[in-house]
Amino acid sequence: MKLNGEVLKRKFLNGSLGLTLISIVLGFLLGAIILLVAGFNPLEAYWVILKGIFSRSKYISYVIIYATPLIITGLSVAFALRTGLFNIGAEGQYIMGAIMAAAAGYFFKLPLILHVTLAVGLAVIVAAIWGGLAGYIKARFGVHEVISTIMLNWIALYFSNFVVTLKVFGSQGTGKSYAIQSTARINLLSDWKISEAGIEFIRSHKVLGDILKTPINAGIIFAILLAVLVWYILNKTTLGYELRAVGFNPHAAEAGGINVKKSMVISMLISGGLAGAAGAFQVLGVSHRIAKLAAMEGYGFDGIAVSLIGNNTGPGSVFAGLLFGALKYGGSKIQDAMQAPTEVINIMIGTIILFVAMPKLIRLILTILERRAKN
Amino acid sequence: MTAIDFSQKIVEMIDVVKKFGDFVANDRINLTVHKGEVHSLLGENGAGKTTLVNCLYGLYRPTQGRIRIKGQEVEISDPNAAIQLGIGMVHQHFMLVDTFTVTQNIILGRETTKMMGVLDIARAEKKVAEISERYGLAINPRDKIQDISVGSQQRVEILKALYRGAEILILDEPTAVLTPQEIQELVMIIRNLTQEGKSIIIITHKLHEIKQVADYCTIIRRGKFIDTVEVDKVTEQELASMMVGREVSFAVEKKAQQKGEQILAIQDLVVKDNRGIAAVNGLNLTLHKGEILGIAGVDGNGQSELVEALTGLRKVAGGSITLRGKEITGSKPKEVINRWNIRTIPEDRQKRGLVMEFDVAENLILETYHDTPFSVRGMLNRDKIYAYADHCTQVYDIRPTNPYLTAKSLSGGNQQKVIIAREVSNDPEVLIASQPTRGLDVGAIEYVHTALVNQRDRGKAVLLISFELDEVMNVSDRIAVIFEGKIVGIVDAIGVDENEIGLMMAGGTP
Repeated sequence: MKLNGEVLKRKFLNGSLGLTLISIVLGFLLGAIILLVAGFNPLEAYWVILKGIFSRSKYISYVIIYATPLIITGLSVAFALRTGLFNIGAEGQYIMGAIMAAAAGYFFKLPLILHVTLAVGLAVIVAAIWGGLAGYIKARFGVHEVISTIMLNWIALYFSNFVVTLKVFGSQGTGKSYAIQSTARINLLSDWKISEAGIEFIRSHKVLGDILKTPINAGIIFAILLAVLVWYILNKTTLGYELRAVGFNPHAAEAGGINVKKSMVISMLISGGLAGAAGAFQVLGVSHRIAKLAAMEGYGFDGIAVSLIGNNTGPGSVFAGLLFGALKYGGSKIQDAMQAPTEVINIMIGTIILFVAMPKLIRLILTILERRAKN
Repeated sequence: MTAIDFSQKIVEMIDVVKKFGDFVANDRINLTVHKGEVHSLLGENGAGKTTLVNCLYGLYRPTQGRIRIKGQEVEISDPNAAIQLGIGMVHQHFMLVDTFTVTQNIILGRETTKMMGVLDIARAEKKVAEISERYGLAINPRDKIQDISVGSQQRVEILKALYRGAEILILDEPTAVLTPQEIQELVMIIRNLTQEGKSIIIITHKLHEIKQVADYCTIIRRGKFIDTVEVDKVTEQELASMMVGREVSFAVEKKAQQKGEQILAIQDLVVKDNRGIAAVNGLNLTLHKGEILGIAGVDGNGQSELVEALTGLRKVAGGSITLRGKEITGSKPKEVINRWNIRTIPEDRQKRGLVMEFDVAENLILETYHDTPFSVRGMLNRDKIYAYADHCTQVYDIRPTNPYLTAKSLSGGNQQKVIIAREVSNDPEVLIASQPTRGLDVGAIEYVHTALVNQRDRGKAVLLISFELDEVMNVSDRIAVIFEGKIVGIVDAIGVDENEIGLMMAGGTP
């Protein structure tokens, strides 16, 4: 009977979609208990969240805006994981991407498409180097990527805080960089929105106008394109084949003639580049500048959860990122509606996410243990 | 000679059934062991021998059936309960801490202590020495595990079981890791144990060992109880037929050899192991077309390092490797595979041979994915890949014939077929086969041997590395013996004397 249970467990843990849905439901149940303990009516709270996500087109638009960077950092983490690397450094790579995008957006003066391409391109390159560095350190010196990327995260954070104090980059004392040029922004119809016709349109069209009131931008389109790209690289190219082989079994990959060290560096380069793109789109589409950070913003760390929930695939990251964004945005609504402190809301969201990600984590741990036992 | 006391039944397993889901691993097996008896369990891989002893040792609970120990019906819930009942087991893979001494290993988990939980090593050491003396185990309680031979480590495992009061010892494939001489020592130890009234259950598929050491033999085939026989009254042939269920030929069928020119030459090769010690230390060897050169030797004499050096996985510290007179020392794995066309059946198929999570097709192209038609300019061509895999599963009889199945879901024999398909289908100049039949059953072994012989008959060179002396002697044309990183002797396989090779394997000179 022992093995029967084993088989069942395995089937359960491996059935991705069904399992994810069950975990989401369980997560919400546990979140409800936490709300109850904190003295809030969970049904009311969930209703507020639901309304806060879906009741107005503006809200949906915000969910998408919240989700965009999470989807992309999720892709970043997922890509590295498929090669067997745990990129905790998406956070730092995101920051490096954001710095480069803000700098390129402010210092250059170019036509729109060219300017955006340049800003994103530079951000991706610098962040790719930032990620690739961790890959190189691992390949060359055997330093585990978790260690090196954590340190690189801090370097990136302090570097970011340093550059905003530079006179050429930001006005003194504000702790913010100068806003990027309008040609570097990827917001939709931003000029037209403040024209008279635009204001009139927003006033008279409820649904569309609502959406236009938000900093809606092209980031989500790029995020989806990147998700497709990640899926394509991993599944359709020889590069993806190599990376997956290394991720599953580096010993067999090496014996088969694949350069394992090179694969690690390439994987971290691409992973870093993706996280950098997330930072770039956030700057070009939402914040338009970078600011001094008291702590890490967590886009990269959230990407770990997004990747796990999304089963480390491209399409999975899109949906997981949207779920994550929705919870973050919808959850914030409880504060006003029910006077719930943010801490309680964050604990609730954290619980839900933890629960959703946990079976994947358990499975991940199982696979690693299994592999270790084998070697 | 025999020490059996027929009046005392120590172990009785009656109609034991063990099911895993719908799969019946043991179907009404009966086993009776008397005091002082050596009872061997014989069966092919996957026949259910290990499952049966695991039921006895408390690792599994039988689905049905009864177990009696010394006449008492018992439920053995876990290994601790088994130990309490006087059952000890020596696993195939030793469970020892390398950096601990013999005594520390033996008392691990049941440390003898003085007051306040302070270890009383001295007392434990004395007891270990006593037991060692009594059964002729020749173990120094203060030696560290990492400093003693594999044979000694096995004796430490036996000692551990005895220390815990074992009356019944289960030995799981005990001879797989031993030299012929060490096997003889083990036989002596087993005799000492039975003289002292211990009972032994020994799992093996080596027939001549059963003949040599066992009193009774129970044969299991595909989970079913076939028979229990008195070993003296049957021949090895009869045992084999009962095990496999058909007549088997032990000899590998080979045509007369057409030995060709020299193709691979290894000169003064030095390769260091992970600790920086020269595991291969001045090794010389030549390999010719149309021959199978077998390398015999006990595990840990540099075989793995030699193969890793030849395949480019490990750095060569000195000497040279030449292919057709061309220096290939220091080539990367990819060059060795794709440029020099030297292919390898690795010793650990799950670690080095296969990406277990990949499907059969993806595993089949592991060394050729970058070539047309499998990919064009970096884009994989799935149609071509799976068409090729379909072809391979048929030609190489990989079952089930479904290229979309993951390697993980295949049996060991079929996993090995995937590797053989991959390595042989490109018609390699040199085929290195390292432990190619480890853990395989008789049918799969025949398949692998035929594949090797086919390569040879097509005028290609095969280097066979195996710890199984029988295999080396049966399959090879020439036999080289490796000892401490050197080739200590090369003989023709025809008319070879097993004892002569055994002596060389242990470092002696014939």
